[in-house]
Amino acid sequence: MESETKRKGTLKEMIELLMRVIFTACGFIAIAFVLLITVYLIISGLPAIREIGLVDFLFGTRWASTDKTNPAYGILPFILTSIYGTAGAILIGVPIGFMAAVFLSKVAPPKAAAVIRPAVDLLAGIPSVVYGLVGMMVLVPWLKDIFDLKAGDSLLAAILVLAVMILPSIISVSETALKAVPKEYEEASLALGATPLETYFKVSVHAARSGIAASVVLGVGRAIGEAMAILMVAGNSPNMPGLLRSVKFLTTAIASEMSYSSVGSLQRNALYSIGLVLFLFIMFINVMLNLFLKKDKE
Amino acid sequence: MNTQTILQARDLDLFYGENQALKAINMEIPQRRITALIGPSGCGKSTFLRTINRMNDLIPGVSVRGQLTYRGEDIYSPEIDVTWLRKKIGMVFQKANPFPMSIYDNIAYGPRIHGVRKKAELDRIVEESLRGAALWDEVKDRLKKSALGLSGGQQQRMCIARALAVQPDVLLMDESTSALDPGSTMRIEELMSQLKERYTVVIVTHNMQQAVRVSDHCAFFLLGELVEYGPTQQLFSQPKDKRTEDYITGRFG
Repeated sequence: MESETKRKGTLKEMIELLMRVIFTACGFIAIAFVLLITVYLIISGLPAIREIGLVDFLFGTRWASTDKTNPAYGILPFILTSIYGTAGAILIGVPIGFMAAVFLSKVAPPKAAAVIRPAVDLLAGIPSVVYGLVGMMVLVPWLKDIFDLKAGDSLLAAILVLAVMILPSIISVSETALKAVPKEYEEASLALGATPLETYFKVSVHAARSGIAASVVLGVGRAIGEAMAILMVAGNSPNMPGLLRSVKFLTTAIASEMSYSSVGSLQRNALYSIGLVLFLFIMFINVMLNLFLKKDKE
Repeated sequence: MNTQTILQARDLDLFYGENQALKAINMEIPQRRITALIGPSGCGKSTFLRTINRMNDLIPGVSVRGQLTYRGEDIYSPEIDVTWLRKKIGMVFQKANPFPMSIYDNIAYGPRIHGVRKKAELDRIVEESLRGAALWDEVKDRLKKSALGLSGGQQQRMCIARALAVQPDVLLMDESTSALDPGSTMRIEELMSQLKERYTVVIVTHNMQQAVRVSDHCAFFLLGELVEYGPTQQLFSQPKDKRTEDYITGRFG
């Protein structure tokens, strides 16, 4: 009897040990991929930068990777387009998403919230190519008519598509933060004679501010990293950004040229370098996000 | 001696959906006195307190019948401005609930809501309110620090100061010392006695000694009914109702 229970014990211990090894290994795999991608991007991104020159690469305004006689690899148009595009999407998406979050968490009657919340979740689940498709079929022709352009593919079209795409993350993260505000704060405010709206905007939003800030940073991350949807509506000419001009983002520059650049060419290496720049942007945004989330926990 | 009635309930019923929580309450609360509402949990004393500043409105499915007046104005009249009412009838809650802001901003919150913008005016209100809540000397050097750094007793006195900052007429205190240690409780009880010189104070308390110590009038609630109401000394020394006697002698509750 005793030996049997003892054996069972060892079996359990072995399973325990095995599982621990598996969990640890899985954890390390995730880290390994991050490291791998980082190292790979640095190794493959640096040669082109070295050849072009860091300043010419980052601040050159002309991108002509397929020009046989006078090629140029300046990515300032892409960097600025990505920044302007993201800023525009945030400028439109954040107020709408924020108001929607306040509405959902505080004002909406339960029945309305029960319809809207799943709709927002669904919005998050729509593949970006579908956003691009709708943008291409509806938004682009519409912009063409309104502004009387030759083609509606433009920075503005991309901004509008991105603004819709970042809505779900802004709404759901802000809503979670607003819902976590203790009811006691709101009661205290109402008992002082504040109206419900005053209470939501002066107390609840104030108390949830770092969560709301985190939602904005998350939106920035999504917007700057999006490629497919804007590839379909931005026009993809390497112009310096203008609201109604055809433009190329950091992401779409890679996506549109990768397929026809030949391996080992400077063009392809420069695309890797763009990847590295984009990676640094995203890293920076992630650090910001973690800072906000940490502050929120405190 | 001024014993003018400031709050008056006439046949006041309150329902949570189908559930009747207050049954035909008739009660006159005198001005500038401390009135204590006592009774076992679920007896309706907190519900009654919250009908006075209409905080029950926040709960879905609440309906009120009968009449409750403040200085002759029907609190549940459709014409009444609830924000005005709550400015006049302030409330301090069971758990201290400072906003996650500085002490100064906590106190200035109410006045700002009600349109005070000038810094000098706000400074004056903040100081006056904190003095009124016997907290000024302890916090005057840290007004810009977060209110969450105060001790529990200080937080509760800050909440009283915050309520005073909108110049209320009546102060409702819903078991406001139940989460505090005896020292802090004593300080707040002392404060209550000072407050009644300028304000009408209505408290809900589980602590019968507290009711005896601070209140002038006392109301005993049971199962949604007002069983007995009278001067505190009389209610505790010669209760008229058997149920009151049972409760105050600790036979139930």
